[in-house]
This record gives sequence, structure tokens and C-alpha cells, in this order.
Amino acid sequence: MLLDANVIEKKRSPRLMKNSFMKMLFLFSTLIGLVVLVVLLGTTLLDGWKYLTVDFFTNFSSSRPSRAGIKGAILGTLWLMAFTTPIAIFLSVGTALYLEEYAPKNKFTKFVETNIANLAGVPSVVFGLLGLTIFVRQFGLGNSVIAASLTLSLMIMPVIVVASQEALRTVPLAVREASIGMGASKWQTVSRIILPAAIPGIITGIILAISRAIGETAPLVVIGIPVALLTTPSSPLDSFQALPMQIYNWVKMPQAEFQNLTAAAIIVLLALLLMMNFVAIIIRNKYSKRF
Amino acid sequence: MVDLNIRERIANNQRSKLVEKTVPIVLFSITIISVLTTIGILYTLIVETVHFFGRVSIVEFLTSTKWNAFSSTPSWGIFPLILGTLKIVVIGAIVAVPTGIGAAIYLSEYASDRTRRIIKPILEVLAGIPTVVYGAFAITFVTPFLQSFIPPLNHFNALSPGIVVGIMILPMIASLTEDALSSVPNSMREGSLGMGATKFETVSKVVLPAAISGVGAAVVLGLSRAIGETMIVSIAAGSTPNSSFNILESLQTMTGFIVQVTSGDAAFGTDVYYSLYAVGMTLFIFTLAMNMISQWITKRFREEY
Amino acid sequence: MIMTKEKTSAIHIDNKNLNHSPMEMQNKEIFTSKNFNLWYGDNHALKNINLSFHENEISAIIGPSGCGKSTYIKSLNRMVELVPIVRTEGEILYRDTNILDKNMTVEELRTKVGMVFQKPNPFPKSIYDNVAYGPRIHGIKDKKTLDQVVEKSLRQAAIWDEVKDRLNDNAYGLSGGQQQRICIARTLAVEPDIVLMDEPTSALDPISTIKIEDLMQELKKEYSIIIVTHNMQQAARVSDKTAFFYQGNVIEYNDTNIIFENPHDKRTEDYVTGRFG
Repeated sequence: MLLDANVIEKKRSPRLMKNSFMKMLFLFSTLIGLVVLVVLLGTTLLDGWKYLTVDFFTNFSSSRPSRAGIKGAILGTLWLMAFTTPIAIFLSVGTALYLEEYAPKNKFTKFVETNIANLAGVPSVVFGLLGLTIFVRQFGLGNSVIAASLTLSLMIMPVIVVASQEALRTVPLAVREASIGMGASKWQTVSRIILPAAIPGIITGIILAISRAIGETAPLVVIGIPVALLTTPSSPLDSFQALPMQIYNWVKMPQAEFQNLTAAAIIVLLALLLMMNFVAIIIRNKYSKRF
Repeated sequence: MVDLNIRERIANNQRSKLVEKTVPIVLFSITIISVLTTIGILYTLIVETVHFFGRVSIVEFLTSTKWNAFSSTPSWGIFPLILGTLKIVVIGAIVAVPTGIGAAIYLSEYASDRTRRIIKPILEVLAGIPTVVYGAFAITFVTPFLQSFIPPLNHFNALSPGIVVGIMILPMIASLTEDALSSVPNSMREGSLGMGATKFETVSKVVLPAAISGVGAAVVLGLSRAIGETMIVSIAAGSTPNSSFNILESLQTMTGFIVQVTSGDAAFGTDVYYSLYAVGMTLFIFTLAMNMISQWITKRFREEY
Repeated sequence: MIMTKEKTSAIHIDNKNLNHSPMEMQNKEIFTSKNFNLWYGDNHALKNINLSFHENEISAIIGPSGCGKSTYIKSLNRMVELVPIVRTEGEILYRDTNILDKNMTVEELRTKVGMVFQKPNPFPKSIYDNVAYGPRIHGIKDKKTLDQVVEKSLRQAAIWDEVKDRLNDNAYGLSGGQQQRICIARTLAVEPDIVLMDEPTSALDPISTIKIEDLMQELKKEYSIIIVTHNMQQAARVSDKTAFFYQGNVIEYNDTNIIFENPHDKRTEDYVTGRFG
């Protein structure tokens, strides 16, 4: 006998104990994220919910906590999104369509794809430096809505490109063949069959990317978005405030009341993001299994 | 049935060749913008960094251990800023790597389908929380909480933002690791379990080694994200370039410096203004290197099942 | 080895041409391949194919997997070019036009030469939009014509009664057999000259298969059909002529009853009697 049955028997119980212990440890790791989320949301709600008054939404920011509100910040963020979204969609979906449907399989295409993967890893603060140098100064756009939108569009482009490419790839070859086999041209096949079939995946990617852009603060700081402004923009060339900038500004204030305002502004921001995430998840689940 | 003359109508249909020819050109031009973005970033960083080194010695930048940009006799040693970044990254990694991998193992190997369906969206929500919110959480909750255990902890310190950065990158590491684990074919698990191995033995001796390149790439990407993280450290770590290894003291990271300069009024054309780009360049090199390492790991150690 | 095979196959085709020239007088030639060769990279997949198909007939192409039968049928509407490494030589005449010519507009060819694929591949759209797709991409936009085309095509594909009340439902909600008939209706909507069918029933259950085979007999009155199948009984049931492909060669092409009852070539006999394949 090479194996001693007694030894195996003896070792079994510690092995099983180790197994159960490790399982608990893995479960604990999983729960850490959960606990943090609960604590984060809990403390924020506790600190902030009393400050979610009508005045809070209708007042501009102020150095006096009792008068400070997020009107400028919210409207500014909406302006920012109104320009970032179409620019980002135009850039990203166009790029994804080219790479998936038209690009020849050569070194240049490979280079473009690697380049996009690398752009996805560039810190947002570096995109801020790009925006500051090129859009704010070189193009003379100043700290305007359009300068910030261009910067954020470039920043979230890689995310949407990759999500769109994945969505386009899920459209089966058989469906493409069916269209081409009927005498449809390349663009007819792309625009009438492939794009509509991939659109739920693309929209999910867009929503998630835009929700990332909404909360992004560092590039806005770098391109010099003001924290105290008593007007709302009336054109994309105007300066503006943004919700995350407002939070960043308030959290640095020494007065305790500003901490509550910070929390209140965070509640508004998170509510906005959760709503967008929720929509994205619904779209994804609804269309996840179609082929 | 009426004769619809479909054949005739189709034959008479004039197809426009114009659209077919322009669409690829338009899409290609759009694609070029992504390349231009990279060129723009490199151009911006390189040109202004060269400007900076025209004013400040590159030797000082690389060798001095003091960074004091706003003094009347400034010193420009990048070391404290890099050290600040590394302190945050190391603390973040200690938090995020074991928990991220542990959570991924739980989700991929132990959790029921139902648990997975509940927990994964929660992790996605966690991943979607803006960093400025994490920053606020660090300074208003985590720092006071830690101070109750560690009284000498400063208001601004490395520990609190480091932990929070770890929590921020946790979902990313967990989700990428889980992808790597679930791509290990079930036949390998069955092979091990079928010999009487426990689940943990199967995970640690078969599944994890098989997925190691994916796990490695996930960790490196997570750390790269931590290096570039800006708002948490700007809010909770302070703005004191610090060359000591003490994690209880205020510090400044590379990203923190960029935010400090740009949120104040650094006059265009001053040394401080140009130093932004030298710091940005250093930061860019660090993250680019990490991303390339991650891509290299994925390529080099790609498992063939 | 290969050389001799090519020679024997060439002889057989000559024999066939002599034996059956009277029959070809009846129906006009619609597709003629002359010394057609095809390579996937270095792989010589089709060797010196000489074949003629005729109007208002069902021609079947049979042969074991990898014999080149699918490649050949996809050459007839140049769908084979979707694989980038394909190279061809020789001629394929469609009503006296060489379709391999560089000046050939493939979109026009594919409008006239419709195709039904191995697996049902409806678009993720409504039944109506699936069938109206062809006319629409060819510039027919008015609702009334489209309504008529959709109804006519669905009737021709023998599925009108099953779907007339749910034309706006997604085609993916239908069964596999129904989906395949929607695909046939979609192909018929542009009134093609010929319908190519690439193993159209291989993914379907027996009842759906019979329905589609019956449908083919109906369609034969108005269309010419070329069908690739690995199901020999199906070829025997539905086709007028049958070509046997083996290792990229046409071994034998003849009236279906001759192929199945009295083949001239030993390999054909071995295949149709189930000794290999």
C-alpha cells in the first residue's frame, strides 16, 4: 500500500475545517464592499437629508451656509451633460463602427485599438491638463461648458468604444450574411441591421460612461471651472458650475454646516447616478439574451 | 394576386454609390481623433515639460528630496510626490488586493446564481461612486473613525485616503478577477473535485493558478487606477510634500499637486505652472507603464484551455 | 492521385453532357460554371467545376462534409468572398454574364440570386420588417406596395396563415421551422430569379422539413432552386437533378433518379448507398 488510509482519514477533518474557514473569509471579503456602501450611504443620508430643502435647490452657492444651494451646480452639470453626451456618442460610436465593421485587419488598426486601451488607463487629471492646454488656452475656449464637454468626451470615449465594440460583436455573422445575401450594401447592412441590433449594448455603455463623467471632478478642477458663480450659462461658451465641483468646494470648508451641505449635494449626485445605473441595468437585462 | 412589378422597380432603383464611399472615410476620420487625443496628450506634456526643464534643472527634479513649489526659494525634487503616491497605492493595495481577489473567488466559486445576481450590481454601484464622494467619505467619516483608535493620526494623513482608495479600486479588481476565474473551464474543477479535493484546495491549487495571468492583470490595472486617483487624496491626504515614510502625517501625491496648483491661481508662464506638466508627465509615465505591464501579462501568460 | 481523379471526373461530365443534351433543350441554362477553381489560401477547395443549372428546376448538390458543396453554392452569389483569403479562377455564367467579372455589381447579383441559409437567420425585427427588408433596401418605400409584397411573399412561403395576426411580433418569437419560412419569404420578397438554399432544413425538425420540401415544389413553378444538402433522401425527394461533390470535384451530375438508382461512378454509388459520408 502506497497510501495509508488512516493518514488520509486523519487529515480529512482539518482539511474540511480549513475549507469552511476559507469560505467564510471569502464571504467576508465580499461583504466588505457591501458594508462600506451601507455606511457611506447611511452617514451621507444622516448628515444631509435635512438639508434637502426647496431653497437648497433654488439658491446659488454662497459663503454663508444658510443661503447656499446647488442651483448653479445642477444646471451647470445638466449643461455639461447636454454637450458631452452627443460629442462622446459621435466620437465613440463612429470609432467602434469603423473598427468593427470597416477597418482592415492590419497593423494600423491594431495600433488604434491598443491606443484606445491605453487611453482608458490615462488618469482623468491628465485629461484635465490636455483640456487646459488645448481647449482652454490654445482654442481660447476658456473655462466654458464646451471646453469641459470636449475634455470629458475624450476622457470617456475609450469606455464607450469598447462597450460598443462588444455590442457590435454580439450581432451574429448569420444575420449579417442574411442582409448581404439579399443584395444589401455594406452601409445598409450596418445602419439597418447591425446598429439597431447592437443599440441596447451601446446605450448601456453610453449611460455608464456618462454617469462616470457626471461625477468626474479632477479634470474640471484642472481646467479651472469656478466654484462660486452666481449665473447659469446661456450658451456653451459661458462659464458654469458643476455638482462635483460644488461638493469638492464645500468639503474643504471648515464650518460644520458645510459638511451637511456636502452630504446633501452628494445625495443629489448619487440619486442622479443611481437612476442612470438603474436604467442601464434594466436595458441590459431586457435585451441581454436575444440571439 | 396583383403583379407588383417588384423586379422592374428594383431594376429601376438608382443606388447611390456616394454614401457607400463616404461612410468609411467619415468613420475613419472619427477614429483618427482617438489617435490625435494621444498625440495631444503627449505633445502637451512633452512640450511644456521641456519648457519646465529649461527653467529648472532636470537633475534637481530627479534627485532632490524636497518639493517646495510655492516658496520664494523653491525646490523641485519629485521624490516626495512619488513617495506620497506610493504610500497611498501600497495602503490601497493592502486593502483591495486580498479582498478583491477573495470577493472574486467567492462570487465565482462559492456563491449561488441568486447571490451573484444581487452582489454584482452592488459592486457595480460601488464602482460607479464618484471619487469626490469617496473623498468626502474619507475626510468626514474614515479619518475621525480611525482617529478614535489611533490618536496620533493627523487630520490629513496617508492611512485614511489609502484605505478609501483601496475600497474604490476593489470592485474593479474583484470584477476583472472574477472574469479571469470564470473563464477557467469547469472540467478542470471537476478533475480536482473528483479526486476528493475540497473546494478550497481546488480553488487554490487549480483554479487560481490557471487564472493567474488574468488575476495579475486585474491587480496591475487596479493599482494603475490608484496611482492616477486624484480627488480622494486631494481632499483627505493634505498638501504637504513629505519625504518621510510615516503614514500618519499629511502628504501630497502627484495628482494632489496638480489639483492644488490648478484650483488656486498659478499664473500662466510661471515655474509653478510649467511644473504641472513635469509632474503630469511623471504620472503619465507611471500609469502607462502599469497599463503596458498589465497588457503584457495578459499576452505573455494567456492560458490556452 | 488527385490528377487521375480530376481526369475521371472530367470524363464523367463529358458523358453526362452527351447523354442528357436532349433534356437540357427543354429548360434554359441559368447558371453555368466553366473550369471554375477556388482556393482558400493554399487550400484548393474547388477543382475545375463544370456544371449547368436550368430554369424551373430544383438542382441538388450532395456530398460528404468538406467536399466543397457549400463553398460552391456561396460562389454563385459571391457570398464566398466574405472570407478574405478566397481566390477564384474560371467562369461562372449567370444568364450569359460572368459573375466573377470585376465589373459585376454584387448587390445586383445577390438581388437576383436569393439565398436561404443553413440556420434560420431572421433579423431581430418584426416579421413584417423582416420580409419588407429587401424591397426597402432597394428603394421601395410606399406602404401599400410593401403591405402587398409582405402578404404575397408570406403566402408563397406558406406561412401567411400562421403569422398574419402578428406581423408586428419579433421574428425571434417563432419556432425554428417558422423562422426558416420567414427567411424564405424574405428572400422571395425581392422576386429573385433563382433561390440558393444552403442546407435549409439541417437545423429543423422532421415536420418543418417536410413543410419546406413541399414549399420547394410549389416555388419551382416560378423560381429556379439550387439546394445543398447532406441529407440524401432529401435530394432524392425534392430535386430534378443532382450533382455529387467529392473532395472539391464534381464526380457526377445527372438526373436525380439516375444518381440514386444507377450511378455511373463507383464513388457516387458508395456515397448514395451510405458506405461513406
